[in-house]
Amino acid sequence: MEKKEYQKRARQVEPPRPVARNAFWAFLIGGAICLVGQGVQTALQGVGYSEETVKAPTAVIMVFLGALFTATGLYDRLTVLGGMGASLPITGFSNAVVAPAIEFRNEGAVMGTGARIFQVAGPVIAYGLFAAFIVGIVRFALRGVLS
Amino acid sequence: MSATQIALAGRGHLAFKQPPVLTSWATVAGKKETEGPLGRHFDRIVRDETMGEKSYERAERKLFTGAVDLLLSVAGRHASDVDLLFAGDLLDQIVTANFAARDIGIPLVGVYGACSTSSEALLLSAMAVASGSVRRAIAATASHHLSAERQYRYPIELGVQRLPTAQWTATGAAAFLVEDPAERESPSAPAKGDGATLRIVSATVGRVQDYGLKDPNNMGAAMAPAAADTILRHLQGSGRSVEDFELILTGDLGRVGHPLLEELLAEERVHPRERLQDAGILLYRDDQKVDAGGSGAACSALVLGAMALPRLRRGEMHRMLLVATGSLHSPRTYQQGESIPTIAHAVEVEAVR
Amino acid sequence: MTFLMAFLIGGALCMIAQIVMDLTRLTPAHILVGGVVMGVILGGIGIYEPFAKFAGAGATIPLPGFGYSMVAGIIKEIPKEGWVSVFSGAFKATGAGIKAALIFGVLAAFFVRARA
Repeated sequence: MEKKEYQKRARQVEPPRPVARNAFWAFLIGGAICLVGQGVQTALQGVGYSEETVKAPTAVIMVFLGALFTATGLYDRLTVLGGMGASLPITGFSNAVVAPAIEFRNEGAVMGTGARIFQVAGPVIAYGLFAAFIVGIVRFALRGVLS
Repeated sequence: MSATQIALAGRGHLAFKQPPVLTSWATVAGKKETEGPLGRHFDRIVRDETMGEKSYERAERKLFTGAVDLLLSVAGRHASDVDLLFAGDLLDQIVTANFAARDIGIPLVGVYGACSTSSEALLLSAMAVASGSVRRAIAATASHHLSAERQYRYPIELGVQRLPTAQWTATGAAAFLVEDPAERESPSAPAKGDGATLRIVSATVGRVQDYGLKDPNNMGAAMAPAAADTILRHLQGSGRSVEDFELILTGDLGRVGHPLLEELLAEERVHPRERLQDAGILLYRDDQKVDAGGSGAACSALVLGAMALPRLRRGEMHRMLLVATGSLHSPRTYQQGESIPTIAHAVEVEAVR
Repeated sequence: MTFLMAFLIGGALCMIAQIVMDLTRLTPAHILVGGVVMGVILGGIGIYEPFAKFAGAGATIPLPGFGYSMVAGIIKEIPKEGWVSVFSGAFKATGAGIKAALIFGVLAAFFVRARA
């Protein structure tokens, strides 16, 4: 079989990804995590945080929950089922930081945990900040035009 | 003894004129492997995946040492009786074999063939013994699911969905003792139970194949062409047909690679039918969530030691071909966008009364 | 109503990300980077803010909300701080979440060991 033909054949015999099932669980688990986030936010607003000041403490609490589930080995299982439903919320960001931190402790506190802690989340922060920098420059240039 | 003890018949095919004897073997398997169809046939079971060690790399090493120690004890040998150790694993710089050999003390030939390491080590052991310069050699390999995850994929606690084409690295280790036929007549060498004598009559060294596949989550498809090439060259070199074998055991093509291999062989009018079985499919049950099947250096070695060799020993089969396959990429070559080169080495074992 | 919106919109964002991942075969890391950059862009052109007002945590908890926070932090500071807010604003807005993850990560590394 020619290489091109084999590549085509290999794609044909590949079991298909369960797109519909994955989408269903991503919706359910992602929705549930956002629901918890809304609960935290509403509760904080109830004790006096404003719509503006509530964001940071909500993020901290959600990150804590993500870290707790990661440390107890549950977040990994939640993602196997939920996929992006567990990865996309901020709890997934927390998982992406805490998992390598735990993972590389054997390689030492500095070269292991310290150096690898952003192995997974680093790209998100790097490109998020870079994009925000570009958009920020545009907004700065247009500061008289837009308000 | 001279170099003519091994005849090079065709490209990469080695016929052993005085076939070395595969006298004993030992398998150590992890918990998930024990829950599979071959569960009760493993010699030793390890339930704790850390094995009381502080890292999974150390745990893998302990699996490896455990298999070699167990082999020496069932063979009634000491490490000092063994001339050479051919061993390898999946970790960077094959640290499992290298570090374990520090304590075992047998002169080491470190081997890397990814998941084909099992048959590569066995092939080299047979070559060494057949050359007449070595009386006794051990072939050994190990893999650990969690150390392989660290090596090839993501941090363990990081949530990542498994893909249906992905394979599950087996946790376990196996070691095989290959002896000069004259040596094993010595009274101090009890065979592993009564039964047939297992002879390694020939072998075929793999050629690296690359059909341009790039997905490390689908290694079975990448490796099938290597298995096909080696099987065809083995048949050609040995002058046998597939009907001469009761079992052609590939490892580890899984559920995706296995049908592709059948297709590639069928193109050459070779139809092994149910003789062709894959270690990656045999090691686990369908419901064990391993997706396309097992993999890892230990996978084919465990199936060989727990299923294939005992059947030969008991006289249920007379001839088999082990064709372990390996994916030779590294995480770095994958990230640089390169395709996956693969290899397969074949070892033919026959049972004689 | 707020709660229902958070569930539906948050779930929908995750579902879209999952479908894009399964159909394009990109890695999760690529999807997450794409998500945060999407949030930055939508925030920059002023779409994400009304969306967040209406979807609540359903818009702010998923990663695009993280990107939106970055750019919103910059935009908010421009009148006061001038050009330097392009550099400082994004961190001020998202620092709490990033730092929390780092702190809990380091703490967890002290006490926990990875298991299957």
